[in-house]
Amino acid sequence: MLLKDEVGMLQRVPLFSGIEPAKLKLLAFTSDRVSYGAGEILFRQGDEGDAAYVILSGRADILVDSDGGSIKVAELVPNSIVGEIAILCDVYRTATVRAASPLEALRIRKDHFLRLMREFPDMTIEMVRVLADRLSHTTADLIDARSAKQ
Amino acid sequence: MEPSLARYIWTHTKKQQLWILVIVLLSMIPYFMSFDLPKLIVNGPIQGKGFEQPGATQPFMRLHYNLPFIGEVQFFSGFQLDRTTTLFALSLVFLLLVIINGLFKYYINTYKGRLGERMLRRIRFDLVDRVLRFPPRYFKRVKSAEVATMVKDEVEPLGGFIGDAFLQPVLLGGQALTAMLFIVVQNFWLGMIAAVIVAIQIVLIPRMRRRLIVLGRRRQLTARALSGRVGEIVDGIGAVHVHDTSNYERADIAARLGLIFKIRFDLYQWKFMVKFLNNFLAQITPFLFYMVGGYLVIQGRLDVGQLVAVIGAYKDLPGPMKELIDWDQDRQDVQVKYQQVVEQFTVEGLIAPRIGALTIDDPGPMTNPLSAIGLSMTDDGGAMLLDRISLQVKPGETVALVSTSTGGAEALAEAFARLNWPESGRVASGADDLLELPEAVTGRRMSYASSDVFLFQASLRDNLLYGLKHAPLTSVTYDGAAADQQRWNIDEARRSGNPDLDIHSDWIDYASAGATGPHDLFEAVRQVLDAVLLSRDILDLGLRSSADLTRHTELAGRIVELRAALRTRLEHEGLSGLVVPFEPGAYNKEATIGQNLLFGAAAGPELADRALAANPYFASVLRQAGLDRTLYEMGLEIAEQAIELFADLPPDHPFFQQLAFMSAEEIPAYETLLQRLKNRPYETVSESDRAMIVTLSFAYIEPRHRFGLLSDELMNKIVAARNRFYEDLPPELQNAVERYDPAKYIAAATVMENVLFGRLGSNHPDAPDRIRSIVYDILDELGLYAELLDVGLDFNVGAGGRRLTSGQRQKLDVARALLKRPDFLILNRPLSALDQRVQEKVLQNVLEEARRDGRSPAIVWVVTNPTMAMMFDRVVVFDSGRLVEDGTHETLLAGGGILKELLS
Repeated sequence: MLLKDEVGMLQRVPLFSGIEPAKLKLLAFTSDRVSYGAGEILFRQGDEGDAAYVILSGRADILVDSDGGSIKVAELVPNSIVGEIAILCDVYRTATVRAASPLEALRIRKDHFLRLMREFPDMTIEMVRVLADRLSHTTADLIDARSAKQ
Repeated sequence: MEPSLARYIWTHTKKQQLWILVIVLLSMIPYFMSFDLPKLIVNGPIQGKGFEQPGATQPFMRLHYNLPFIGEVQFFSGFQLDRTTTLFALSLVFLLLVIINGLFKYYINTYKGRLGERMLRRIRFDLVDRVLRFPPRYFKRVKSAEVATMVKDEVEPLGGFIGDAFLQPVLLGGQALTAMLFIVVQNFWLGMIAAVIVAIQIVLIPRMRRRLIVLGRRRQLTARALSGRVGEIVDGIGAVHVHDTSNYERADIAARLGLIFKIRFDLYQWKFMVKFLNNFLAQITPFLFYMVGGYLVIQGRLDVGQLVAVIGAYKDLPGPMKELIDWDQDRQDVQVKYQQVVEQFTVEGLIAPRIGALTIDDPGPMTNPLSAIGLSMTDDGGAMLLDRISLQVKPGETVALVSTSTGGAEALAEAFARLNWPESGRVASGADDLLELPEAVTGRRMSYASSDVFLFQASLRDNLLYGLKHAPLTSVTYDGAAADQQRWNIDEARRSGNPDLDIHSDWIDYASAGATGPHDLFEAVRQVLDAVLLSRDILDLGLRSSADLTRHTELAGRIVELRAALRTRLEHEGLSGLVVPFEPGAYNKEATIGQNLLFGAAAGPELADRALAANPYFASVLRQAGLDRTLYEMGLEIAEQAIELFADLPPDHPFFQQLAFMSAEEIPAYETLLQRLKNRPYETVSESDRAMIVTLSFAYIEPRHRFGLLSDELMNKIVAARNRFYEDLPPELQNAVERYDPAKYIAAATVMENVLFGRLGSNHPDAPDRIRSIVYDILDELGLYAELLDVGLDFNVGAGGRRLTSGQRQKLDVARALLKRPDFLILNRPLSALDQRVQEKVLQNVLEEARRDGRSPAIVWVVTNPTMAMMFDRVVVFDSGRLVEDGTHETLLAGGGILKELLS
């Protein structure tokens, strides 16, 4: 997969959809292309977050440790981004991500990501929009869940 | 040291000074003879005096003297020669005298030069010898750069002066006196006039020069302070940048240079002023001769002939006088320099020479207890660090010194190590004062390591073995020219009062490390490195450095085996994708295009990096392979892409690290180049522009950069070009590249590159770590672990060891202390740069290592954390310079004193 295809993939990630292609190309160029075999770990719960990953092809499972072993809480499909929370707010990884099939991903390093946000306010606003959107969904979900409980 | 320079020179060179005086006097004979000869030649054979008759002859080389009482004595009647033959004979004598004079001059100058150099060598050695014997407190006040500049620069002018120190005044004084006497003989009163003026010169000029001496001293001190400051800037460059004080330093240096300039300028002004006065006085004498003498002649009280003779005789006086005064100036100059240096090197409490005397034999173990008796220590400011401490450490005992922040345990450790001297009380080994014991005993039977480590700029190995180099233990035999050189070395060293110890001898005391020679020393080294947890770091260094193949032959010899083992291992673990190996007939996708074309390691500048594209032979190979145009177009494409991506970014942007093709500074140049070359046919582009563009393509790696520029066809062409390149490699490039050969070790590449013999796949972020641990495993399996450690030991630690981390330096210091297997091991917070967990691990290892093979040294360890104290037989607690608790760990804990408080 070439740089320009990666740019196409990034455009389909909601977080990056509003960013102009030239910047996305720079983001792609400065990121590492990584591949994993099925069962290999991208990162572990509790690790320090040093990069976010955009899945280019293949699938991955998101696993959370619990008393009864790890539980799969979600699945990642191409064009999804994972690990961005940890690099935005300096928290440890909240889950483990494991490749479920041969996996190609773009590894965006934390410092690069933050640097891009600082330098391109349009991109930052776009990201804030996406995150706020997510937050409002989560809040709505929470309200739903609470009201369901009562 | 001898405060008077003249006496110092005289004591060490009187014989030589007298000898050279004799030679100089001897050289006067042919010198004066050669004056007379031209007249003889002109008058005799040329003008024909004495050859008036055709066929007349004259005696040549007739030796006859008029002796008192005896009258004319003829020793040799001479050869009878005619006019032409006499001309030839006299001319040949003239030539002979020229040669003899030249030879005398040559001999005298060489002799004087050698004499000066020997003295310079002696004085420099004396100075450094003193540095080696200075008491410890001296080093707290002196800047190393200042000492260095004194030893190197300030005594330098002495060398030039020493040869003339006594010769010049004798010679010139003699000449001046003769001239003076001659004038007096011609006319007493005119002679007196000259004498009075000379007396004024002799009295006045040195008086005026006093100011020169003062200025000279100031010049020397300011220049020395300048070199001290420059040294400080270099040592403290980190602090300068951290605090943005570079302009403060600039101001300071500029102010100092201004001061030096002013002093020097004053010096010039005054010097030339003195010169002017001197010249004036010299010229005033003829003025008086003309006026007074002329007047007397007119009055008829003086005969014209006498006046002319006096004026004629006077011309021989100013020359020697001037030179004499110049000599005096030189003398004062070097005397000031010498005194300044000697003052700095005259220190009270110098360590006696016998303390550091060379001792070849093993001094035997220290079996007496080490004790502090009523010991008080103060710091340089006079604050009390230890207050009348008494403590005894028995052989074989392990003692932890626990200290509150003002406790003073470090001061005790430094006193044990002789690094600081007691203010009162003493440190003793048995009944002997420790400071009176030769260093040959304490330096071999005791070891010390602290957090403040000094490493020399040498290899890790040299630093590690430094603690074993006490004396030259082998006598090296030299053959042929080397033997002559060695004899000369010894001879010259003795003549200059230097020691003749052979630096090329083997100084390493293998026995004290528990080894018998170089072959089994390594085992001891490995054990101490393992104990301080430094082996892994050194292995890493080894992997990253290129091995010295003359030393590490096994690594090179078994490289094929190593590479095969790595492949097998990777296949076995299903990790083959991690490394893409170099194969002579295949394109390596993880390597750059440049690497694929060259397929070798550049061993010289001709084919390295940017020079590759510009190399004419390489360019011709590309042309023949039909690649020149393709790569040029590829380069254009890369340039466009790179500029599109990066042109908006500021040059210091971290993203530029990802841009392998060009640096941020080159982007504007490529931008203009690109515009100039756009739509220009390839044929019209100049060679250098082509090279600029083609070189971009050489850095391209498809899986990493993902521009989609590499096709199968292109890869095949590149492999073909590679083979073509090596087919006709011109002789001048034979040594510029080492071709990758699966069966050969690449000397120019690192050990890691050699073992891998391929490129790490770029899409495995953890590949480097995984590969490294696999490589270590394999090296261990094949028994090459020691060899790699040895490669790592070649690593140069840099100035002051700064190429190592502070933790590594401290570990190395402890390893060095352990290696000599001391009877008393003193460790003064030795691992403070490491975290607590590692410190405890190393502590445990060191205790084990020190006692391995049934040894039982006493260990005194100033611990950084009181929890570490529980591993020792005995714990001594210090607070405010006092010894407050002493006992086993359990009893002290049970007692509930300060230790318990510190632990909670």
